[in-house]
Order: sequence, then C-alpha cells, then structure tokens
Amino acid sequence: MTDEKKPDQPAVEQSPENLPAPTGPTGSGQVETVGVRTGMFGVQGTGDTSGYGGLVSPVAFPAAAQRPFGGWFDVVADGLDGLIEKVVIHRGEITFHVHRDNLTAVAKKLRDDPALRFELLSGVSGVHYPDDHGRELHAVYHLLSMTWNRRVRVEVSVPDADPHLPSLIATYPTADWHERETWDFFGIIFDGHPALTRIQMPDDWPGHPQRKDYPLGGIPVEYKGATIPPPDQRRSYN
Amino acid sequence: MTTEQDLYAGASDTTEGRVFTVTGQDWDSLVESIGSDAGADERIVVNMGPQHPSTHGVLRLILELEGETVTEARCGIGYLHTGIEKNMEFRSWVQGVTFCTRMDYLAPFHNELTYCLGVERLLDIEDQIPEKANVMRVLLSELNRISSHLVAIATGGMEIGALTVMTIGFRERELVLDLFELITGLRMNHAFFRPGGVAQDLPPGALDEIRDFVALMKKRLPEYADLCNANPIFKARLENVGHLDLAGCLALGITGPVLRSTGYAWDLRKTQPYSGYDEYDFDVQTWDTCDSYGRFRIRLNEMWESLKIIEQAAERLAGLEGAPVMVADKKIAWPSQLAIGSDGMGNSLDHIRHIMGESMEALIHHFKLVTEGFRVPPGQAYVPVESPRGELGAHVVSDGGTKPFRAHFRDPSFTNLQATSVMSEGGMVADVIVAIASIDPVMGGVDR
Repeated sequence: MTDEKKPDQPAVEQSPENLPAPTGPTGSGQVETVGVRTGMFGVQGTGDTSGYGGLVSPVAFPAAAQRPFGGWFDVVADGLDGLIEKVVIHRGEITFHVHRDNLTAVAKKLRDDPALRFELLSGVSGVHYPDDHGRELHAVYHLLSMTWNRRVRVEVSVPDADPHLPSLIATYPTADWHERETWDFFGIIFDGHPALTRIQMPDDWPGHPQRKDYPLGGIPVEYKGATIPPPDQRRSYN
Repeated sequence: MTTEQDLYAGASDTTEGRVFTVTGQDWDSLVESIGSDAGADERIVVNMGPQHPSTHGVLRLILELEGETVTEARCGIGYLHTGIEKNMEFRSWVQGVTFCTRMDYLAPFHNELTYCLGVERLLDIEDQIPEKANVMRVLLSELNRISSHLVAIATGGMEIGALTVMTIGFRERELVLDLFELITGLRMNHAFFRPGGVAQDLPPGALDEIRDFVALMKKRLPEYADLCNANPIFKARLENVGHLDLAGCLALGITGPVLRSTGYAWDLRKTQPYSGYDEYDFDVQTWDTCDSYGRFRIRLNEMWESLKIIEQAAERLAGLEGAPVMVADKKIAWPSQLAIGSDGMGNSLDHIRHIMGESMEALIHHFKLVTEGFRVPPGQAYVPVESPRGELGAHVVSDGGTKPFRAHFRDPSFTNLQATSVMSEGGMVADVIVAIASIDPVMGGVDR
C-alpha cells in the first residue's frame, strides 16, 4: 500500500487497544537479526488467498550491550575480561556469550573468583537455531551465586558440522546429567565427559529429537491413503 | 527354569559372570544354580526397578553389591520421557501451560508458575500482573507444597514399612486435592496459571473451605510428629542415612530440602522473591544433620510455614473480592471465561453475550487469541521458583512467534537424583531406598 492511498483509521482513536504492539526490544534498543519469518498462517503459494503469505519479517534478537552495563553486571564482566565475545542484557538478565575455547576458563573463573563465586550451575539447556549459520547449536548455562545472590547466563554456540564443546564436569560435577541430556537431544558432544551416553531416549535411538530438523513423522489414516501431517508441516500460525 | 535360556540377557550380552533372572520361579532351583556356579563370589549386580514399589516411580537402579553393602549405585532414567518440551514447541504460549503442568505431577502449580513467570518476563508484563493473581498463585503454590510434601513423607514412610504414615499422608493430601478441585476444577494437571494471571477467579465459598482446611491441618500435622519424630525405629532407619554435606550439595547442584538439611537457609522464596513472596511472613526451615531424618523434619516444618502463608494469603484474598485476576492488556489476557450453569461448567453466558452482542473488538480478540495466540518478543528468560524439591526453572526462548521456540525445564528431581550414588554407596541396600526417598524425586519431572 502506498502512502498517498492510506485510508483514515478512526477505529484507532476509538479503541486504542487495537493499536499494534510496538516492535523491537526494549532493552538496549539494538537488535540482531538471525533469520526471517515469512507468511502468517503457514500457507504458501496458491493455497493462500489472503495475501498474508507474502509477509516477510525479520527475526530480531536483542543485540550486544555496551558498557557500562550497570550495577553488578560490570563486576562480573570485569572478572571475565578478555574471555567474553559479547554481552547481552535483556529484561534484566545478563547473558555472556563465550567462545568454546574459553568455556572451561570462564567456568573456573566464575566458580573460584571471590568477587564472582557462582557456586551453583543450574543446568545446561540446548537450543537449536537452524538459521544461525555457523553457530547452529547453542548450549546455555545458568549459574547462580549464592554468596552474592546473582544469576548469570553463559551461552556458547557451535557449528552443526563440528558440535564439540568442552565438558564442565571438572568444575561443576552437576553438569554430568545435564550434558548427557544435551547430547541426547541436540547432539552436542561434550569432550571430556566420562560417559557421554543417552539419558532420556533409549540407548539405540537414532538422531537427536529436540533439533529443529528432526523428522517428526505423520500418522497414516485409513482413508484413501490420507495422512495426518507431522506437526511442523501442519497449517498453523507462525 | 534355568538361566541358560534367558529372555532378558543371553550369555553373549554380559561381559562377566552369569545372569540370573528372578521371574517367579522356584527359589530353591535358583539358589542351587547360584551355589553350583564355580568361582561365584559375593559380588553381584542387582537391577532394581524400573518397576519396583520402593524406587519412587519408574526409576531403575543398578546396584553393585558386596554382600548387603552397596559398592556402586547408578540410576537409569528416561522411562517416563514423553517429549513434553518438544511438544510445547508446536503449541501456543498459553497451551504450553497445559503441557508443563504434567511434568512434575506432584507439583503442577510450580511447573506452571515458573513457565508463566518466564513468559511474562519476555512479554515485559511482570509489573502488570494483578495483585489478586499473585496472591492466588502463592496460595495455590503453598497448598501444592503441602500436598507434595505429604506424598514425600507418605511414600517415604511406606517404603520403610511405616504404613500408617502412608495412609494418613494420603488422607490429608486428599483434602488439598479437594481444594484444588474446588478452585481449578481439577485435582491435578490444572493448567490454571496462565501467562498474565490465572484462569479464573476464586469460586464462592473457597475461602471458607481454605480456612477450614488450615484449621483441620493444624490438628492433623502434629500426628505426623507424634508418629515419627521420636519413633526409635523411624529414627534408626533415617538418621545418618543419605548423608550429603553442603559442599557436596553445591557441587552436584542439589537444592531444596536436601540443601537445607545441611543447615544452609537457601530458599528462593526468601532470597529471590517472586509473585510477592516478600510480603508474607514465614521462616525458611533448616536442619543441621545432612541426613534423611533432617530432610523429613524440614518437610514437616515447611508444611507449617506453608499453612502460615496460606492463612495470610486467604486474609488478603478476603479483601480482594471482585478484583481482576488477569492482566488488563487485551492482547495477552486469555479471553474465554467459564461459569457454572445448571448442567455443569461451561462457557460463561455473560462472556458469550459480550462477544456476540456487545463488542466487536472483544470478539476479534477472543478469536485471535484462541486461534493464533499472542506473539512474544524474541529473547530468552529464566525465572526459577522454589518447588517442593528445589530450584525449578524454565528456560524459555522465543523467536517472536506464537509458539515457544524452546522451553527447557531445569527440574530439581533430575538434578538431585544425581546424588543417588554419593548418598548410597557404602551403605546397605535398605538404606538406598531411604536415601532416594529423602531426595523425593518425581519421575515425571526427571524424564519430562
């Protein structure tokens, strides 16, 4: 729609709750695009009579924050100086993005430095970003300092082609099962783990089910060869 | 039946020794065949579970025994894995509650709460949650803590043969479940907390029922203390069993009553308050023995503290009659309302009249939210809560869509179960059961 043909929209004044929500993050005001979202109803091509199928919108995550971060965030960042790739602050939570070569050093520092003292590793959570080329697989560590009552998040990303990460068991023994779970579901290989075996799926299971590219399989229906499509191929809002 | 034709493990499946399968055959022949095994020693590996009444759910324990002493203990889990986290990626943000409530099935409200808090942080509506919704969340969470601790104590008692503890534990739990049924409509799997608030207002008469329950519990809780606290058999079974000190807890990531049994008063309700927990008067319960007995006493004392919180929450709710329980933002608030009619619970006729006859916008919001759902700004959040078993947190990741991009639950049962080896190795077989019961793992949460 061109600008000169913009219609009047009295409805907006009458009911301001219908205004579209403001876009963009509220944190640093910066965004980082990692992919695009197309369409709206999951319908493409001739099946789409609405025109919304042509929508293209970027998937924008909060971008790196700049110093000063404020409060104790700077204290932790100082302690990890030189080991961090970037820092993201979003909704009051701080995320340190770390290169995998520095991961063990960062963990050791976080645990042992008296100014940091992150005694508790809450766990490892894998996330698969298929559109984040060259760094598809992310391992997200949540750490808690009981001494200082602080929480930080450490995020490491590895390419799908070389999914190797150092194991943190030497520093945080609790990582044992969490790393096995992340291997099981995402196929991230934790080097140095004493027994990196499947933990939730059966031992002989093929593939890593939480990955976005894991085939989900539909259900054949006994009616003229029809099938119920797998959930990722069903028509749905996206 | 001889073990030569074993269905479960052929001779080629074992690296050493023979496999003896106990499947209801004549014990004499089994003992004979063990005795005839030349070179047999005392060292045996026992596979306990996953179907065993004492392993607290479908938990498989692989125990290496030297006589009656456990030399190595390992857990096999995954028997209850249902792929809830994966399923959540294909449902809307609101529907996610329906899935995650089924994870730790003894603490459904805590699962819902940590998920909702995470989604609310991403939506940036944490400050807009109505007071009444927060109070109701606290009230239900604490009722849930009581029902969960009752099961922990009841099944823990049952596993060591204290059957009366089991029967009275489930008797009181039933009262809590009746309250859940009254307030949410369901005894478990409530899906009652929603991003933005709670699904419904309190039904009429609920506060009276809650007050009656608190009064009754104050009479009933001392029974547990009378039965167990100084019971010599109970103490002999629990004291100094499942020992784990503070350094061990932190290394293994153990939280909850096990951590507090080392004397360290770490409770997220106090240290990192959420949902307005800082407005309630209660104490964090600790014990200093690092053993199963201490964990039992902590659970017992925490139920008293929960009663205190419930009383305060009920008091506040009495002054909040008619207040909203859902965020005011119509782009997020779940529009559908239920009401009890002459034929049971169904759509609220007032709501139907509103959307069909009075407000076009309300109809559009209803339609859009129910079919499409709301979009959550891209980012990630982790807002843990203190579940009855420790730190329960949902790592929620959004890519700006109407469905979670990833929802990972850091379940305390999963993490705490790692302590099985260190708690039970070197002890007797019977102590393994006590140690695991003191961790109180819920396999629905472990396997998800």
